[in-house]
Amino acid sequence: MTIRSILVANRGEIAVRIIKAAKALGIRTVQIHSAADADMLAVKLADEAIDIGSPAPKKSYLNVEAVVNAARAAGVDAVHPGYGFLSENADFADAVEAAGMIFIGPKGDAIRLLGDKVAAREVAAKAGLPTVPGSAGRLATIEDARAVAAKTGFPIMIKAAAGGGGRGIRIAADLADLERHFPQASTEALASFGDGGLYLEKVVTKARHVEVQILGDGENFIHCFERECSLQRRRQKVWEEAPSFLLPGDVRTRLCESAVALAREVGYRGAGTVEYLYDESTGEFYFIEVNTRIQVEHPVTEMITGIDLVEEMIRIAGGAPLSIRQADVTSNGHAIECRINAEDPVKGFMPAPGTISRLVAPQGEGVRFDTMLYEGYTIPPFYDSLIGKLIVWGATRETCLARLRTALEGLVIEGIPTTIPLHLALATDASVARGAFDTRFLEQWLETEFAAKAGATAEVA
Amino acid sequence: MSKIEIRSPLPGTFYRASSPDVPPFKADGDSVTNGDAIGLIEVMKTFQEVAAGVEGRNITFLVENEEPVMAGQVIAEVEA
Repeated sequence: MTIRSILVANRGEIAVRIIKAAKALGIRTVQIHSAADADMLAVKLADEAIDIGSPAPKKSYLNVEAVVNAARAAGVDAVHPGYGFLSENADFADAVEAAGMIFIGPKGDAIRLLGDKVAAREVAAKAGLPTVPGSAGRLATIEDARAVAAKTGFPIMIKAAAGGGGRGIRIAADLADLERHFPQASTEALASFGDGGLYLEKVVTKARHVEVQILGDGENFIHCFERECSLQRRRQKVWEEAPSFLLPGDVRTRLCESAVALAREVGYRGAGTVEYLYDESTGEFYFIEVNTRIQVEHPVTEMITGIDLVEEMIRIAGGAPLSIRQADVTSNGHAIECRINAEDPVKGFMPAPGTISRLVAPQGEGVRFDTMLYEGYTIPPFYDSLIGKLIVWGATRETCLARLRTALEGLVIEGIPTTIPLHLALATDASVARGAFDTRFLEQWLETEFAAKAGATAEVA
Repeated sequence: MSKIEIRSPLPGTFYRASSPDVPPFKADGDSVTNGDAIGLIEVMKTFQEVAAGVEGRNITFLVENEEPVMAGQVIAEVEA
């Protein structure tokens, strides 16, 4: 069935992004919002808006019943969950479908399977993907954990089966650490995720975070090349690129093909991301997890392939076959995304909600700014600090970086501190220019290079 | 007897305890000193401790656990 109306079950910049895609397809949009979000941009852009509850996420955006009731009341054909909130909640996907509407994403069963990190590891191995050395499945006891660690060595990660997105992870440096952390990690996982199941993965030191964008319609499966997301702080991505420009061609081919193999193995439907660690010194890559949603950093893939991933998701959910074949997907040039957060990078990334007094979005060739900001908008304190994404494309990575520097200088957000100064420093950094970084680079660089630069700026001011 | 107000330094969500399964930092009627934590403010998914910043007796909370607060809003009062 063709989707004629969509409930946007999210907020912030991704809600704006979904509404834009829906409008391009001639689809009516209904935006849900909490009491704290009545004046957000997506509410203004949507055809209709519904207040679903108080500011606390669990009383609004995480409240399955309230969201499904809003969708029913609005009489929409489909629900787009965005990222975060209920986007990877299998019960929510099931509830939407049970209420006679389309969930824009994979079926609940696929979300459940891939959301269980142990089950996902098993299915990935079955599809022939290399996995990080570790336990074969869930570990029942500390004795089992000891046996696995004896084979893989230390340091080792204790991960929650129901975790993901960097949550529910502890690192054990040695056996004593493992003995101490294992029971605590289980209790914590049970409290956080309602599932105390644990598994072990060896820590791959000096790894890059590389991920492959996949699309499937249940019968046809393609990749849209890879993204490089190694620049992270506290396991949260800060800066993303496409492609991962230092990846050797043969590795890229095997990596992307492995993601398609996994999509085929589970009969994937919708847009998804297969995440890997890549060890540059050995040329080996290892599967980590699958995200069954649209990702924050999807625009860099759109910039190099010309594919509108959100529109494609909506078409697939409406029952259309993939509109593109693998042979049609080409990678052109280079794109970088900077996550602009309402945080003060020189004050330990202290979050800073507040009112935007002035906003100037940069213009220019290859520049895109996805945001929910407007002048006079007050960012509420109850949600994520992401306020915009500056995405820049260039024919080469060098051109891209040069354009990015100009775009960052042209981006003006006044009224609150933002992470723009951090991105300006990264965009002019020699190691970043060479691509000489791994997942541990940014935190160290913040303490040394950035602290020195920020200190110097503070003295001048 | 004069009342002293304790205000929230930040906008966000107020919590009386560091996690749902531990007792609150301060029970109603407790005494506080300057450095005592009286709660947490969750702002954009990060947690900041709220210190009393005053000395006093018989604390009364004016904001419920898990309720939204504005910067500068009075969270609690103590007697000098």
